Amino acid sequence: MGDTIEKVSIIISKGSLDGIYPGLIMANGARAEGIEANLFFTFFGLDAIHRKRMEHIKVATVGNPGMHMATLLGALPGMSGIATHMMAKKMHELEIPDIPEFVEFIGDTGAGMYACKASVDMFDMTEDDFVEQVQGIITVGEFYDIAAGGEIIFT
Amino acid sequence: MPTATYAGTDVTVNDEGFFEDPTQWTEAMAPELAAGEGIDTLTDRHWEVIRFMRSEYDAKGTGPTVRILGKTSGVPVKELYQLFPKGPAKQAAKVAGIPKPRGCI
Repeated sequence: MGDTIEKVSIIISKGSLDGIYPGLIMANGARAEGIEANLFFTFFGLDAIHRKRMEHIKVATVGNPGMHMATLLGALPGMSGIATHMMAKKMHELEIPDIPEFVEFIGDTGAGMYACKASVDMFDMTEDDFVEQVQGIITVGEFYDIAAGGEIIFT
Repeated sequence: MPTATYAGTDVTVNDEGFFEDPTQWTEAMAPELAAGEGIDTLTDRHWEVIRFMRSEYDAKGTGPTVRILGKTSGVPVKELYQLFPKGPAKQAAKVAGIPKPRGCI
């Protein structure tokens, strides 16, 4: 074998649906392959592990060319909610879990989850704001210690 | 196509060691397959998962992903990883003589 990946650290820095899912899917996929995985949540990515906010993650309909929607249309009230609802329905059909369930599941697979201290301080959050799967609020230096010897993926 | 010998019988496997033809598999082959995955002893709980993999494959033509295993096999996800540390769906599929499950989630 030789050329195999043994360990990954995935940084989730965005708070939109499309900013969070790819990192969660990659962490989950890593664990499915028996690869050690750690997730590091920073900036708006913290919403993915925030008890109150994780259930309300939305897809961006403004400033997101991938939506193929006129910017002004995307800015209409409720548009983000509608787009999120449609996407959630499709994901449900495909058996993709919603974010709270996915985070719990990934925790159960043995992946590590950490919040970025600088971001936590900036947003005036505390450990109590996060779900129990989060193992700690850590500095960048501590993250590099945890990530040592593996690949780092920034999303 | 590579062949391998388990329980004294030649079987066809792919490059990753998964069975090409699940009908060639017998329960007697499981301990050797497990040893190849670093699992020294197959407990009753291992067997529960292995038999579940077989029945899912027979019913659906594909093995379940870890999430489906956790939801439907009766073995919780945390325990699945204790039984099959290098990926429950993947390792259990190999020991159960079925192709590697291909779901992303």
